Amino acid sequence: MASNRNLCLSGKGVTKVFGFGRQRTVAVDHVDFDFHEGEIISLVGESGSGKTTLAKMLLGLINTSEGEIFFQGQKRDISSGAKKREYWKNIQAIFQDPYSAFNTFHKIDEVLLDCIKLRGGGKLPKEEKVKLMTDACNFVNLKFAELTNKYPFELSGGQMQRLMIARIFLLKPRILVADEPTSMVDACSRATILDYLMKLREEIGMTLIFITHDIGLAYYVSDTVYIMEHGRFVESGTADAVILRPKEPYTRRLINDVPKIYEEWDLSTV
Amino acid sequence: MLEVRDLTTKYVTRYKEDVYAVDHVSLKIEEGKTLGIAGESGCGKSTLALSLMGYYFPPLHYTSGEIIIDGQNITGMKADDVRKSILGREIAYIPQAAMNALNPTRKIIDFIGDVVRAHDPSWTKQMINDHARASFERLGLPAEVLQKYPVELSGGMKQRTVIAVSVILSPKVLIADEPSSALDVTSQKMVIKMLRDLMDTGFIKAMIFITHELPLLYNVADEIMVMYAGQIVEHATAKQAVFDPLHPYAKGLMGSIIVPESGLRSAKLTAIPGSPPNLKNPPAGCRFAERCKYARADCKVMSVPLYDVAYKRAYRCVLTELELRRAYEHGE
Repeated sequence: MASNRNLCLSGKGVTKVFGFGRQRTVAVDHVDFDFHEGEIISLVGESGSGKTTLAKMLLGLINTSEGEIFFQGQKRDISSGAKKREYWKNIQAIFQDPYSAFNTFHKIDEVLLDCIKLRGGGKLPKEEKVKLMTDACNFVNLKFAELTNKYPFELSGGQMQRLMIARIFLLKPRILVADEPTSMVDACSRATILDYLMKLREEIGMTLIFITHDIGLAYYVSDTVYIMEHGRFVESGTADAVILRPKEPYTRRLINDVPKIYEEWDLSTV
Repeated sequence: MLEVRDLTTKYVTRYKEDVYAVDHVSLKIEEGKTLGIAGESGCGKSTLALSLMGYYFPPLHYTSGEIIIDGQNITGMKADDVRKSILGREIAYIPQAAMNALNPTRKIIDFIGDVVRAHDPSWTKQMINDHARASFERLGLPAEVLQKYPVELSGGMKQRTVIAVSVILSPKVLIADEPSSALDVTSQKMVIKMLRDLMDTGFIKAMIFITHELPLLYNVADEIMVMYAGQIVEHATAKQAVFDPLHPYAKGLMGSIIVPESGLRSAKLTAIPGSPPNLKNPPAGCRFAERCKYARADCKVMSVPLYDVAYKRAYRCVLTELELRRAYEHGE
């Protein structure tokens, strides 16, 4: 089971407060978590539950108001730009909207070159870089030769999403945070993206953290599920335990409200 | 209630190219039934919805086919006439993300006033007020909403308001295009319950429900049509479409369903490789042949009609029902 593995990312009393006085909002409220190496974790919650805020703190994009995040057992230090860059070699993210994830002014090969540089491959000979980029594109069924001189907006949504996965292929992080990676696509492309993510995980053996409101998705992919409500974890455990035998009323309601195909969808309880 | 025969509509692009987004679609909805339309993004679901209303404006153009609403043939009517006498009264349409189209500077009641007066300028303010209040109450929405601005309402409430407004002139057929996709699960359920109530109380007589979320469609629709590249590829009852699809595309689509129910984790999610064809110059043969793992040599050249196999059951594939079933058994 996952608990035998090494700790990868963990948190004690992680809190984020926005604003102060009357506008004080506690987005994430003293949460504790232990994510293990190679585990697939889902953070599930409705809009406004604080799941994206927590993801941003995990990524070091925003600071925590209180509490500590530990990376591989060590207290995480992201106090300077250089330290942040060092940390980002280990943790990367893909977001729901591929259109806003790329710098519109950077050509695709620049985007991919940046990834190679971040991995310390800046001084490699040009042919090697091209080979790396071609491999990454092949992995997600894109043709690098066709992309080199293009800007991100010239690609279709599906291609961009795949390009994001190609970036991760080059970066080979220890942890990947996927923030609603499939909420903007239809069921069919969702399966494609999940396929690539799972293949990628096998390839580079990373920990995957899904941030999602899609309970079905969480159940399908993850080992461990955390249910979030108002900035707190209300329930956590293995996917089977949480989804099939939920204990908390909130979790139960969430699962009840999803349309299903084997059970009757009870519309009277709204 | 609504019958459509061989409807074809096209988009004309800036470069005068024709894109046939709806290609020879026929459908029929009986009173009290909900027809679901499924398909991936870009397959023509929303264009079909637009075309069904008989209200065409550039770049969408009518090419051929007939639309008959409750015995009235509206083919060939002028766009202006359609807007005045058909839309809202015979057939109402809730576009995708309609709730974001509410004017933020006007109260809901003023918006309703605009809608009603556009169809009949003789209504007085008092009449509109009374009518709006009565129909909101019938639909179980609080009447206070009428005096509020859109920003004061939650997403779910906005969507339900939009639905209430769209049926305010008691149309016979309601076309709902992804009415709940932007909402969280609880609001989604409330919207669906409202639509179901509309049907049960006879407020509307028939509904077309468009979405790519198959578990939702399964729960809402009586019959399901699967669209691919502008064509209907499968037509069946909801149960058949989900559990026993015939067309390879429908099969692939149903294989991508994710629901939080036991048995899902052991099931293998099927992804369909590739992407739909460009409709500017669609392939001569089966439009799905490029991506189909059961495709044969003649699939790419032979154009395939929609075969009726049983009452309310049709699919578009050169393989016979038996061949398909056998292929699925071996493929899994």
